[in-house]
Amino acid sequence: MLKIENLHANVADKPILKGLSLKVSAGEIHAIMGPNGAGKSTLANVLGGKPGYEITDGSVYFKGEDLFALEPHERAATGLFLGFQYPVEIPGVSNVQFLREALNAQRKFRGEEPFSGGEFLKLAKEKAALLKMDMEMLKRQVNVGFSGGEKKRAEMVQMGILDPAFAVLDETDSGLDIDALRVVGDGINAIMRAGDKGALLITHYQRLLDVVKPDRVSVLADGRIVETGGPELALRLEDEGYDAVMAEASA
Amino acid sequence: MTQTTTTLPTRRDEAWRYADVDAVGKLGIEALDQWKEITLGAGETYHHAMVVGSDAPELHRIRLILGQGARAELFVANAGRDYTRVEVHVTLGKGAHFEFGGITIGGGDAVREFVTTTVHAEPEATSNQTVRSVHWGKGSGNFLGEIKVVKDAQKTDAAQDFKALLLEAGASANAVPQLEIYADDVKCAHGATVGQLDEAARYYMAARGLSPELAQRLLVQAFIGDAFVAMDDEAARETLLHAALGALEEASL
Repeated sequence: MLKIENLHANVADKPILKGLSLKVSAGEIHAIMGPNGAGKSTLANVLGGKPGYEITDGSVYFKGEDLFALEPHERAATGLFLGFQYPVEIPGVSNVQFLREALNAQRKFRGEEPFSGGEFLKLAKEKAALLKMDMEMLKRQVNVGFSGGEKKRAEMVQMGILDPAFAVLDETDSGLDIDALRVVGDGINAIMRAGDKGALLITHYQRLLDVVKPDRVSVLADGRIVETGGPELALRLEDEGYDAVMAEASA
Repeated sequence: MTQTTTTLPTRRDEAWRYADVDAVGKLGIEALDQWKEITLGAGETYHHAMVVGSDAPELHRIRLILGQGARAELFVANAGRDYTRVEVHVTLGKGAHFEFGGITIGGGDAVREFVTTTVHAEPEATSNQTVRSVHWGKGSGNFLGEIKVVKDAQKTDAAQDFKALLLEAGASANAVPQLEIYADDVKCAHGATVGQLDEAARYYMAARGLSPELAQRLLVQAFIGDAFVAMDDEAARETLLHAALGALEEASL
């Protein structure tokens, strides 16, 4: 579903990704762990198409399409969802307005009929309930005045409404307390765990992976995937630390 | 006023320093004497919403005289494709209130401007002015707001707020707040900022599937909305916002 090959990317002329290769199949939830500065967020930003990231080599195919041939909004409409580590505040635009416009823009791109106001609200209510978010929050401005935890929860409501084929979630677990982590994790399971979907969970910690059990785990270090394994790899990282596991991998 | 204007303004005149004086010349000197005069008696109210601007220069001059406790609300969408100037001169009686909301929006090389003179002539009057400008190409938007508080106009509360959003390099905005205060117990606030579209917000919106055009439209809509928050008349507000956003559609950015 997502096939990354030999990806090299620079930020401000500095190489960050240095030959990253990774494959995520349909039906797979793949966790990426790694120390700070390894390139985890860069990977998410490159996949999303954030300005300021220069791809110097390699390729990414998403559902068989050359991802880099698509504009960021086209990637979204093709089914790629990027969960932000720091969701952006948009003063003056309500969540309801933002998400309805976004959903209908995606549907239009795919040649589907737009949702009416009523249809959209029904869907939004359902997804907000799934993430235990008050509908009143959705009437407020996008992320404005939301706590860190509320922003992450709102990201998952957005994901539920947009119903992507593939989600790249960049440290969605940061800033969440234990209860919110459970709600968000359950949300990810409910929305993304399906035979025709996939997800890349970028995280520092095992605690999200206790709720969203990954099928595969990869370690990202110095711009490359240095090891891939099953869920037990995450547990080993938690116990032994990155240095020990990576020393072993390179030995 | 009965006096007749005999000379065209020049850019050396403070109130015309950013004006397109050639366009004023095209309008002819008589245009400068055409004031719409509105006088409100004690406790009276006046609400007016207008869309101005066309393919030709326009000059709109309005003089408001407010009696004790009177209230005037004026909201303007200025989407001219040529020089379009709205000038408002307000004199406030005791405890009167003046509310002004304006938008200038457009590209090309046209100048759109609001020039207000608010005279707090008696105590306890309040005024609140909010202007938002959105420009691209070589377009520009100006807000020249003069506030005069006479010696006896204690407890005056006057506020001016200007924000401009420039969508392209080459567009410009000018804010000239001018305060002339002779009373000592007054509150006068003014703020002006000029910025560009929030890149982080644009990327975030793209990541959710909004094209750059749609994202820009939503962001501009949110930005200009401030100018009309004080409007009670929903339908009139929609009309003004629609006119402003219609101008944005013509932008091929």
